[in-house]
Amino acid sequence: MSWNIKDLLDIESLTAEEIVTVLDTARAFKAVGERAIKKVPALRGKTVVNLFVEPSTRTRISFELAEQRLSADIINFSAEASSFKKGETLKDTALNLQALNADFIVIRHSASGAPHFLARTLAARIINAGDGAHEHPTQALLDVFTIRERKGKIDGLNVTILGDILYSRVARSNIWALMKLGAKVTLCGPSTLVPKTFEQMGCRVTYNVDEALRDADIIHLLRIQHERQRKTMFPGIGEYTQLFGLNKARLAKTKPDALIMHPGPINRGVEIDSDIADCERSLILEQVTNGLAVRMAVLFLLNGGKGPQEVG
Amino acid sequence: MPESSVILDATAISRALARIAHEIAERNENSAEVVLVGIPAGGDALALRLGKLLTDIWKHPVPVGSLDVSMHRDDLDRRAAPNVRPTVMPFDVNGKTVVLVDDVLFSGRTTRAAMDALNDFGRPKKIQLAVLVDRGHRELPIKADFVGKNVPTAPDEKIRVRIGEKDEVTLERK
Repeated sequence: MSWNIKDLLDIESLTAEEIVTVLDTARAFKAVGERAIKKVPALRGKTVVNLFVEPSTRTRISFELAEQRLSADIINFSAEASSFKKGETLKDTALNLQALNADFIVIRHSASGAPHFLARTLAARIINAGDGAHEHPTQALLDVFTIRERKGKIDGLNVTILGDILYSRVARSNIWALMKLGAKVTLCGPSTLVPKTFEQMGCRVTYNVDEALRDADIIHLLRIQHERQRKTMFPGIGEYTQLFGLNKARLAKTKPDALIMHPGPINRGVEIDSDIADCERSLILEQVTNGLAVRMAVLFLLNGGKGPQEVG
Repeated sequence: MPESSVILDATAISRALARIAHEIAERNENSAEVVLVGIPAGGDALALRLGKLLTDIWKHPVPVGSLDVSMHRDDLDRRAAPNVRPTVMPFDVNGKTVVLVDDVLFSGRTTRAAMDALNDFGRPKKIQLAVLVDRGHRELPIKADFVGKNVPTAPDEKIRVRIGEKDEVTLERK
């Protein structure tokens, strides 16, 4: 396996082999996090800019810790305290960062394609930390890493993604990654939030939650995104919980070894019962631990130069 | 088609490893302090073989670990990212004599990375280096303590070490 990609912009353009390379590399970085000294010098002397034009806490913290554990120098750039407020364009901000010799830019932006734009404009390596409703590649990589670690494989598994899928970059990236690795993906949720067009990606779309959960090996819950208001999309949170929330009665009808995932932050009592979020079938906190390892692996792989790998 | 010649066959490899094991035993009087650490991918199998030989000599088990050094390399941004292999260090290295085991000693950069990586696990009392083949062309002031065979090479030649079903070391010319 050899990695010759400059930027991580989306899962759609990765091959199955490239995804597996990230997962294998992440396994070694997870072990680093379990040592007394959790830091390695792989990115020593490199500068990473975390350009979070759209606010984020958990993804930013995860990237920041991953960068620190690789010994990189870090600049954090957030929308609230930046020149965006003063009217600077993304391109000008990026060129300024390039003038500081940034080696990596980790960008989250509300506009789909913003990372692709930077990748075309700049020499720095670009990592997409979420762009609009398009993709969130490191989230999907950590999700498939977590599934592979617990189930031993991805190929042939039934994965059900349940919830607010229409504008979900997490869902899109996960669908790509899961399909490329051979999983069967079922999407379920209110019909207004789960359009049939997703069938074109090769997924099964159903609005019957019991049917969606019956064969699932993995139940992937997505948060109802209150902030991207959905008032017109479904009648109310209470009704959503009643129709699609994961509760004990619904869980009892699933396969006994089905595992539950959620990208966080969870809304207890909305898409997931509080007890279920804390039960041993829930992988929610493992996803957080694995996210760190996967982001270290991505930074490590993108740091590689051109040409053959070293031997001897 | 590259020209290939056998440098060491299975018998010669066994003999070289037996000699290295005896040299390690001779050099280290306190056998309880010695642990072997293979550098993947080539050094792992050799470290296991040396571990068995030393267990026979010393009449007690000799711990064997495996240390991936790719996160400590100095050429990470010059080449495609290396394959990272699992690190297994099932012992405390503090106060131990660590014998690093690799198949081929070339530039010495892998050995330097290994010494740095080892430091993350503690402070060994001593670090020694055992290699099956020393092919010269050092780029750092590093020297092996135990060598199976010195092989003069040109920089663009390749040494290929196979340990497993059929043990063999070959030299490939372009």
